[in-house]
Amino acid sequence: MHKLSWLKKVRIAVSLIFLLLSGAIFLDPGQWIPVKVINFVTWPQFVPSLIRFATSAAIIASGFLLFIVLTLIFGRIYCSSVCPLGTLQDVIAWVRKKVIRQRPLRYTKARNILRYSILTLVIISIFSGFSLLLNLFDPYSNFGRLMANLVRPAFLLGGNGLAGILEKQDIFWFSKTDFKSLHFASITFATGFLLLVGWMSVFYGRLYCNTLCPVGALLGLVSKLSFYKIKLDKHACNSCGSCSKVCKAQCIDVKAKTIDYSRCVSCFNCLGVCPSDGVLFINPLIVKHTEISPLLDDKDNKRRTLIKAFLFSTVFLTVKSYAIRVTGGEKPTEIPEDRTLVSTPPGSETHDHFNSHCTACHLCVSVCPTHVLQPSLLQFGLQGFMQPYMDYHSGFCNFECDLCGKVCPTDAIKSLLPEQKKRAQVGKAVFIEKNCVVYTDNTDCGACSEHCPTKAVNMVPYKEHLKIPKVDEKICIGCGACEYACPTKPYRAIFVEGNSIHQLADIPVQEKIIINKTEEDFPF
Amino acid sequence: MKRRDFLVKGVSAGLVAGTAGSFANLEQLSAALPNFALYDLVAVRDGEPEVMFDRAIASLGGMTKFVKKGQKVVVKPNIGWDVSPERAGNTNPKLVGRIIKHCLDAGASEVYVFDNTCDAWNLCYKNSGIEKAVKDAGGKIVPGNTEGYYQTVQIPKGKKLKEAKVHELILSSDVFINVPVLKHHSSANVSLSMKNLMGIVWDRRYWHRNDLQQCIADFATWRKPTLNVIDGYRVMMRNGPRGVSEADIVNMKQMIVSADIVAADAAAAKIFGSQPDDIPHIRIANEMKVGTMALDKLSINRIKI
Repeated sequence: MHKLSWLKKVRIAVSLIFLLLSGAIFLDPGQWIPVKVINFVTWPQFVPSLIRFATSAAIIASGFLLFIVLTLIFGRIYCSSVCPLGTLQDVIAWVRKKVIRQRPLRYTKARNILRYSILTLVIISIFSGFSLLLNLFDPYSNFGRLMANLVRPAFLLGGNGLAGILEKQDIFWFSKTDFKSLHFASITFATGFLLLVGWMSVFYGRLYCNTLCPVGALLGLVSKLSFYKIKLDKHACNSCGSCSKVCKAQCIDVKAKTIDYSRCVSCFNCLGVCPSDGVLFINPLIVKHTEISPLLDDKDNKRRTLIKAFLFSTVFLTVKSYAIRVTGGEKPTEIPEDRTLVSTPPGSETHDHFNSHCTACHLCVSVCPTHVLQPSLLQFGLQGFMQPYMDYHSGFCNFECDLCGKVCPTDAIKSLLPEQKKRAQVGKAVFIEKNCVVYTDNTDCGACSEHCPTKAVNMVPYKEHLKIPKVDEKICIGCGACEYACPTKPYRAIFVEGNSIHQLADIPVQEKIIINKTEEDFPF
Repeated sequence: MKRRDFLVKGVSAGLVAGTAGSFANLEQLSAALPNFALYDLVAVRDGEPEVMFDRAIASLGGMTKFVKKGQKVVVKPNIGWDVSPERAGNTNPKLVGRIIKHCLDAGASEVYVFDNTCDAWNLCYKNSGIEKAVKDAGGKIVPGNTEGYYQTVQIPKGKKLKEAKVHELILSSDVFINVPVLKHHSSANVSLSMKNLMGIVWDRRYWHRNDLQQCIADFATWRKPTLNVIDGYRVMMRNGPRGVSEADIVNMKQMIVSADIVAADAAAAKIFGSQPDDIPHIRIANEMKVGTMALDKLSINRIKI
């Protein structure tokens, strides 16, 4: 055994812990997992952390920096430890190994055109404020969507079944959960993504990480420079290929005795398998020059790759400008109430901020206790595809709750102080009198006003003893409680028109109650 | 647990639940019992919630009059809102805890507490202080947040409301204690015992859509709670039922206890400063003979502490 083969065990342990925790935070209907744990799990996630850092260069957003530094020292350990999608692929490959016997993996050439095209496009699109492409490829967000859209429904179904059985035994440890997030587009995308990643990991190991993943591509560039590297000892190595067979990145070329460091994910699988102890994990600068593996890419090759990547980028930019034109104006027609703009969660400040920072990981969708946050289809246009919006037919924003802001790993939703949250106006209620029960039926209703936390929707004298809702926009925060509670169908009598820029609502004026002289006796 | 034990226990639990259900028609049950109650209604004022309830229940002959040994009890407070006890949007947790204690002392086998909340249910349970009060008192706090807990019942005497989905615990428990909080209500004028029953049904939108006041009275014809305890300790005088701030609250320190749901609501409405006749659902329920709002015809025990 190689003296460093313990590295693999540590890697497996850390990666499994992160995989389990990352999965659990999306599956917690009772909010049992503390926010601190959620923040701990999402802190090192590369893309969310990077986006957050771009808004507020703070320690809380420095997870990605740590991993750039770690990559400079040890190679792409991000991909092999904290990336939940990476570990998920390892698990899929491990299961495959137990089930189907097939030829072991072997060295392949890098697919650099595809890889660097995607990376270039993603970077260009981020700078042009179009985050969709990043959202489609970001490993953490894709993992989130797998959990939120595929695993969570099954998990809740099982949980509800178990709750039902326990309930029969008079045990009420946890509750059944209404599941409202069955969104065709997100489910379809997540399923397609799972099939793609599943197929890649079954047949090609970490192909996703080395072709489609922008984080993998970026860290690959960094890891070429890393201080410690896997290296084949030219004297010990007899090109038997043992190491290559266990290399899920398919990056060890045993014939040339070289390693493509841009693809090596530092999983350390190869360390313990060499019969002649010829796989080393060392700092090549300290070792004699003759032993250093030559760099894989020659200069010509690299230049050609970059040019090709640039060409692909231009194609994408054309498509992008077309897409913006198609969805520009953004007036969704399928929403029955005459709503021109949906609302984004409190703390997201503006639609622009939200759309350009959210990676659609659906963590907020998973933790939202009222299920008001739901994945969008084209409510934000193409660029906000799958980003959550406030779906007031699914729920309403609980006045005292700020969970989405507390868990958001990218700061697309910023955490607000309770007093700020209660005044963050994400939209304004619009009353349609002609739809209202009081108007149509001449009976009491007032469901909207009941639920309103600020009494922005108040019942005012109408006729006879009846009262009818009236909206005070100044103190309305757009929580949607009125719209959710409104009983009219198919169109509601009150709905929330989103604010593209969130406003600060006034504090409701509360006059002192003048108590009638309290009688000493009973009024009956 | 061995599989055999599990099966035996499971089957016996099923049998017990089934049998309890068949006895669950409380109206018949209470009608079969001779009525020893000295008073139709007890009104208490100027004490702490626990003290006022102690006095009220004692004057009705103690909890053993209502809860027999081994019976399952469901206590239904208002836990509709994610607000603190000081905001009085929900029933006072101290009162809920005290009622549970009385039930357990009277020999209840289990005391369940739930509500179909308006705000996020787990936050309501927690921040109302009721979840803790229930656990401390030895009761069981039970969720009511999904449709799966509710079963359809017919309301033969209802005019607008012919059927509703009711929480299964109401159907399977022997004793039902309704514990509303007295407060202003933007739709129903005042929220009281009959209005509190909206928290045991699933689809409330139907009520709002189909003449709310009539539906509230209709549902009260279905089954009357064994006892109604109206919490008037802190009273929300405006901006109900949720309230906007503590400025909406007046400390009244009152309590009404009665088995007659209409009488209880009529008395509480008067404390609030309204005439029962002006509250449509009280008037309709009186007309439908769910109970009586003619307080002058009842024997009332008035206790000042």
